[in-house]
Amino acid sequence: MHIIKRILGYLGRYRGKIITAISLLILSIIFDMVSPYIYKLMVDEVIRGGNRELFTTLLIAILVVAAARGSMQYLRGYFLEGVSQSCLYDLRNEMFTHIQGQSFTYFDDNRVGELMSRMTGDLEGIRSFIAGGIPILLENLIYFIGTSIVLFSMNIRLALVSLAVSPLVAWLAMRFDSRIRPVFSEIREQQAVLNTATQENITGVRVVKAFAREDHEIQKFEKENRLNLDKNVKSAHIWAKYFPVMDFVSGICSVAVLWYGGRMVANGVISLGTLVAFNSYLWMLIMPMRMLGWVINVMEQAVTSGQRVFDILDTGSIITEKDNPYEPEKVRGHVVFEDISFHYKDQQALFDISLDAPAGKTVAIMGTTGAGKTSIINALNRFYDVSRGRILVDGVDVRDWSLNILRENIGIVMQDVFLFSATIEENIMYGNPNATRDEVIRAAEIADAHDFIMEMPQGYETIVGERGTGLSGGQKQRIAIARAVIKNPKILIMDDCTSAVDMETEFKIQQALKGIMEGRTTFIVAHRISSVKDADEIILLDEGRIIERGAHHHLLNKKGEYYNIYSQQYKDFEDFEEDRRVI
Amino acid sequence: MIKNRLIDDEKLEKPFNREQFVRLLRYMKPFTKQIIVTLILMIVAAVSGLLGPYFLQIAIDDYIEVADFNGLTMITLLFLGSNLINMVCMKQRVYIMSSVGQRVLYRIRQDLFEHIQGLSFTFYDTRPAGKILVRIINDVNSLGDLLTNGIINVLTDFFTLIIAIFIMAYINLRLTLVTLSTVPLLMILVGVLKRRIRRRWQEVRKKNSNMNAYLHENLAGMRVTQAFVREPETRQLYNELSGDIFTTWMGAIKLNNLFWPGIELIGALGVILVYIYGIGSLDSNTVSVGVLVAFIGYVWRIWQPINNLANFYNSLLMAMASTERIFELLDIGPDIKDEDDAYPIPEIKGEVRFDNLEFYYDSDKPVLKDVDFAVKPGETIALVGPTGAGKSTIVNLISRFYDPIDGKVLIDGHDIKGVTLNSLRKQMGVMLQDSFIFSGTIMDNIRYGKLDATDEEVMDAARVVNAHGFITEMEKGYHTEVKERGSRLSQGQKQLISFARALLADPRILILDEATSSIDTQTEVLVQEGLARLLKGRTSFVIAHRLSTIRNADRIMIVDEGTILESGNHDELIKQKGIYYNLYKAQYKFLNAV
Repeated sequence: MHIIKRILGYLGRYRGKIITAISLLILSIIFDMVSPYIYKLMVDEVIRGGNRELFTTLLIAILVVAAARGSMQYLRGYFLEGVSQSCLYDLRNEMFTHIQGQSFTYFDDNRVGELMSRMTGDLEGIRSFIAGGIPILLENLIYFIGTSIVLFSMNIRLALVSLAVSPLVAWLAMRFDSRIRPVFSEIREQQAVLNTATQENITGVRVVKAFAREDHEIQKFEKENRLNLDKNVKSAHIWAKYFPVMDFVSGICSVAVLWYGGRMVANGVISLGTLVAFNSYLWMLIMPMRMLGWVINVMEQAVTSGQRVFDILDTGSIITEKDNPYEPEKVRGHVVFEDISFHYKDQQALFDISLDAPAGKTVAIMGTTGAGKTSIINALNRFYDVSRGRILVDGVDVRDWSLNILRENIGIVMQDVFLFSATIEENIMYGNPNATRDEVIRAAEIADAHDFIMEMPQGYETIVGERGTGLSGGQKQRIAIARAVIKNPKILIMDDCTSAVDMETEFKIQQALKGIMEGRTTFIVAHRISSVKDADEIILLDEGRIIERGAHHHLLNKKGEYYNIYSQQYKDFEDFEEDRRVI
Repeated sequence: MIKNRLIDDEKLEKPFNREQFVRLLRYMKPFTKQIIVTLILMIVAAVSGLLGPYFLQIAIDDYIEVADFNGLTMITLLFLGSNLINMVCMKQRVYIMSSVGQRVLYRIRQDLFEHIQGLSFTFYDTRPAGKILVRIINDVNSLGDLLTNGIINVLTDFFTLIIAIFIMAYINLRLTLVTLSTVPLLMILVGVLKRRIRRRWQEVRKKNSNMNAYLHENLAGMRVTQAFVREPETRQLYNELSGDIFTTWMGAIKLNNLFWPGIELIGALGVILVYIYGIGSLDSNTVSVGVLVAFIGYVWRIWQPINNLANFYNSLLMAMASTERIFELLDIGPDIKDEDDAYPIPEIKGEVRFDNLEFYYDSDKPVLKDVDFAVKPGETIALVGPTGAGKSTIVNLISRFYDPIDGKVLIDGHDIKGVTLNSLRKQMGVMLQDSFIFSGTIMDNIRYGKLDATDEEVMDAARVVNAHGFITEMEKGYHTEVKERGSRLSQGQKQLISFARALLADPRILILDEATSSIDTQTEVLVQEGLARLLKGRTSFVIAHRLSTIRNADRIMIVDEGTILESGNHDELIKQKGIYYNLYKAQYKFLNAV
């Protein structure tokens, strides 16, 4: 029930519109209640009593009632749709903003497909409750109460007869409610699974095809699709079990009134007109009971959806800013790690890492796969918060910094390149929306991307897809480098960003980057000695710990792990020496 | 290159398309029997539902006015019986139709999914994943209501209307004609509003589809957004797209709801006419009080189905918009498919030949031209050249991810265009730089290479590529759950898993497309060892930057500007003093700089 309450909370902002809508609703119901009375007069006075003067008046009354009812219905519908759409707008934006504020842990755990289905299907469930369920519930409640009052005022005995079945209907409705609720939540879950399965198949299409696993994928999908079918059929069967029965039971009162009322007319207790009028009011009593099942349906769907939507809004690991964050005018870029440790879930990923990178210096991080290189870098950006110790930029803990200013001053080229479905220019300008064309070209030149971009039919206007499909790995990386370069950050992070380019291109990029790195604190994550050798400090990580550190020559002399890597990579060089002798 | 961007509208839907509707109905054909049964049930239900006012009329005229209590009881029981029949029919109908509807949805969704499995890379290259997803999930869902309720309801309403008119005509023909005289008014109303309303709802759906595609991409690229502090702009654009829906929706509602007062007024007019005519006829005794009362009851009852029918057209058009998008997707033929007379390629020995091959993606600029070479079984070929030279295209052509525009690719003398895709790709292993991890356990991910592999085989494969170590160090080992794009794993770990996956598949031809570039040197040494074992006895194509990998290849091909410029083993090429020699010298310079 608290979920319904919370959904209603969103309606609160539009109180004015809602009150207007409800007033219109009550008014139109009152008008509606007048109609049977008109028919009663028609039968008793005009037809039976022969009062022809009243006839014209009654006809006009019918027309007026219809016009009033129709226009009120229209306005009410308009207001309520407005409210439901406004609530939906609010909710959507709130969710989007909430998700935007999450740390990377959140995106590691939540699949895009699932988030998508929360923000589309589940929100639609809430919308149809606000626009359809609530008005119908209100309308029927008012009808039911109003009609009961009218019926009692007309004839108490007959009224009691007509209301006799309502407790039974209520009981059936409650049973239906408790049966259908779990099924709805299963359906929603299954939809999310189906969504994810499909999305994964689409994004992983290259692997699917490379292994000719189409049939396997089809089987996988069929299993989920089948479950989806079963759950939907299950819910329909529950519906089939209760709904017609509720319909029948509420219809019984009409039968009872005919029998009992008919006797009363025959006995002269009530007039025929009263019975006719009673009969037409009865419809207003039966409708609400019939609609009950439908309303419950919509409401339960909204509860299921609401649960999921609010789960998203209530959970997550938001990286928050302090109340009075540090907002320096100028950033120097002095980075210090003080004994930081980082836990990923239950596993510790980093152990007591300390380092000092004065402004303008370069720190290179090497290490085996999974050693924690990316974790160090993500902690600096505050994509994750460290579990122990602190990271200082210009002497201030990153957690005290204004998040925007901190991140605006850090340029990062990530391992896993993501480009947006937009032109190449727009993708580069993502780093700096105010950049001019010349600046874009300059950045592309630095990243050695300009030439290949110019070779494309539409040059900088070429639209690239999600994850940059249509471009080679190296091309994507170079666009990502240009995107970071154009930002002109004080701190530059290159997370294994030249891995997919050939050595010659890498050499060119490195030469160009040398100029760029001037005056910036740079962190380079790389595997190749050639990429790290010029760094002021090289750090070797293994399983989250620093095992070696120092400058290139220092590390070579040490003859440790770094030396081993060097020798391994230098083998090429030795081969070459050999070749030289041959040549 | 890209079919449409996220913020661009998809094109407006065409008006009601009969052919597509028929095509949709064809999905219901296997359920003809169930549908006919349902229809019969619904007609029975409609008749019994409509008997109410008639019973009332009889009760008033024949029994109440003359105080015939037995007759009254009898008619009441009849009334109760008709309600009971109604209930049973309703129940059966929901049972039958909900399973028919859901089964059709299931079938359509399955067809869509199976269809896109057959589509080639060109299809995926040019469309955002979000837009494909929306068709398979949302568009299919939006047919749900039409199939489970819509079509049956409309038929029911239609029959109800006809039967009601018949009953009315039976009771009194003239009054019936008077009642129906307002129908043309309704038709005018529907005619005037219909098209405008439809256009506005289309607008709503377009905006909706834009927003969903935008949302999908931004959820996927959230890390980049955060890194570049573009949250405010992204949010702003999202709010605008979301606001567009609000505006268009309200615009549609404004017109759509005009039906209500319209129908209300036309209905009232009908009642007034019945009274005027009826009261006039009361005097001449052609119409009884009961008849008049019953008639008024029917007037309201025929308005309901008429109203529903008018609304149905709207929801039908909405559903048709989805149908159209679904069929559009189903009609995209795969560029690459089995020829009619395709045969499974026998076990591949590994001879690969490119015969005067030419290829381009967009028509303007050839990516490959005059590529002509032959590879002996078991040879390792290194492809060397600058980024974008066409190396990846060459290997993609071997797996037939694309078809050449001109020329042939022959494996063991078979033109690969003539063999079945499945038999071909099953014997090839492709490892890409961007390794994709499916959600599931690590075990499942490796087993993807050979679905019936035992746990032991999976672990063996992992050992060969040196992935076993880091996997067993994880808390749940091989049963660790990983997620889409393997966020929990580092790039290198993902790479090792995909190596194990390829190894397990035991391919005859192996393609490594920059597959080792994101692995650290220490790991790479281990992987190289495993790879050497893996490459043995298989034809392999390696795209790599590491000199040592290239050096050891049986043959090195220098690719640039879409053609093979030099070919030979390391020593030969060095002696040739051509491009490779210069490249090598240049690399030496870089290394020397170390």
